[in-house]
Amino acid sequence: MQWDIVIGLEIHVQLATKSKIFSGSSTAFGAEPNTQASAVDLAMPGTLPVPNEQAFRDAVMFGLAVNAEIGRRSVFERKNYFYPDLPKGYQTTQLAEPIVGPGHVDIELADGSSKRIRIHHAHLEEDAGKSLHEDFHGMSGIDLNRAGTPLIEVVTEPDMRSAEEAVAFAKKLHSLVTSLGICDGDMSQGSMRFDVNISLRPKGQDAYGTRTETKNLNSFRFMEQAIHHEVERQMDILESGGTIIQETRLYNGDRNESRSMRSKEEANDYRYFPCPDLLPVVLDEDYIESVRQRMPELPDARRARFKAQYGLNDYDASLLSADTSLANLFESTASHGKDAKLAANWILGEFSARLNSEEKKVAEAPVSGEHLGALVLRIADNTLSSSGAKKVFEALWSGEGHSVDAIIDAQGLKQVSDTGALEQIVDDVLAGMADQIAQYREADEKKRKKLMGGFMGPLMKASKGQGNPKLFTEILQRKLEG
Amino acid sequence: MAISRDDIEKVALLARIQVDDAQAAALEQDLGNILSLVDQLQAADTTGVEPMAHPLDAVQRLRPDEVTEGNQRERFQAIAPATEDGLYLVPKVIE
Repeated sequence: MQWDIVIGLEIHVQLATKSKIFSGSSTAFGAEPNTQASAVDLAMPGTLPVPNEQAFRDAVMFGLAVNAEIGRRSVFERKNYFYPDLPKGYQTTQLAEPIVGPGHVDIELADGSSKRIRIHHAHLEEDAGKSLHEDFHGMSGIDLNRAGTPLIEVVTEPDMRSAEEAVAFAKKLHSLVTSLGICDGDMSQGSMRFDVNISLRPKGQDAYGTRTETKNLNSFRFMEQAIHHEVERQMDILESGGTIIQETRLYNGDRNESRSMRSKEEANDYRYFPCPDLLPVVLDEDYIESVRQRMPELPDARRARFKAQYGLNDYDASLLSADTSLANLFESTASHGKDAKLAANWILGEFSARLNSEEKKVAEAPVSGEHLGALVLRIADNTLSSSGAKKVFEALWSGEGHSVDAIIDAQGLKQVSDTGALEQIVDDVLAGMADQIAQYREADEKKRKKLMGGFMGPLMKASKGQGNPKLFTEILQRKLEG
Repeated sequence: MAISRDDIEKVALLARIQVDDAQAAALEQDLGNILSLVDQLQAADTTGVEPMAHPLDAVQRLRPDEVTEGNQRERFQAIAPATEDGLYLVPKVIE
């Protein structure tokens, strides 16, 4: 049977505020356990939460970026359940009146088409602490530094039909929240976590099948694998006549397997009710407008501008615009280096390859847009050959030099493009290669191309590697033909 | 509106409160009375009345995003039943 895959996502986005959503504790990552857990975070009796204005500003900015209705009045509710990393016994979250209402995001697919994914809503809530189950004499250790870190939970409609679409949406959202500067996007530190709802239905059927939820996926790769895994699991069950149980599942990416966490029958009844400690938050038109004024350029707009302003192709423009820091680097390189296409090639080629191999972020790269721009300038004006340019890049990256021109001088990489001088070298070299010249002249077109290499080697050697290869080729061809 | 013994047991489980048979019987009576009161409230005509999120007719004040709390771990952990390596220790929980 042919099956339709139906996917909806819930994404937890950790906001990059300095302090927590309801207390003045720091949210910095990696502190000693419980050194950033205040009386409010620990749920000490007599404490009261006071919401962080920045968390609202961030949520509103997100809402505007996904074309959503902003909740002029939003209400916090208590979601009640017991777990030791949640000392209050409830999570403060939003339900009936969230800060962000229905919106949408357009994703681009590999075949060049685009698709609109609807967002059901997004709400503000607090994160829980961390439980460590290593052996503490048969007990669990609790670190509440993360408790109270502000999150927005983004809930989509079940609009995605494949793992590809789900991953494209996840990446688009990542690009959006990092461009807005509301999330650091560091998935390895849990700054974005995905829950995936999956169901299958026979092709052509309108009604949805029974869904499962796979929780807490923290990388695009695991998310993709988990979807494939769950689709296959459900397909096997359905095709052998079984039924899907609505349940929450946990996926183990290292083993590519999943297990049931709890079924619907055992599911918690969260007994939501409005939090009496918090009043409704009311945001007026002026407030929302002030956030709108401070919105940075969004990736889609930037991509369009890169194509129009710099003449980049769609592929390069979309790669460069998806990551704000990479986009900024490109603009800086292009302004210093004049040749925008060359700047794009270097950033997406040599520079990105180097970042990946050293697992660095753009901000950590030892090479700036000013460096790259100067490099591009010297390639464009023929001072550097491509191999010379790579040597300069190497020197910049390893910190051997800080000025492109100084490195070119120090390493003698200046390409000789004086045709008179080059012609002289060609004459000298050809004088000792009579046999090869004869062989070349007898050869057909195809073979001639191969034989060219035999001349280029000695020429580059004679010019100490500094002859402009393009000019050498031109001169050589003219001499050999004649 | 009556409340069943099953409801009592479920609510007790969710609240993590142990309830014996005698207590359950008493609760059945008490909660049943409360629900009767709710039934009376339900009978009121609320057409055009917005649901109330808070009894005070006021809006929430927000605070600026500043770190105002320092590390007071020593003081908090002095009153905790068990700690180790800066962590609070609790009976082992694995879902």
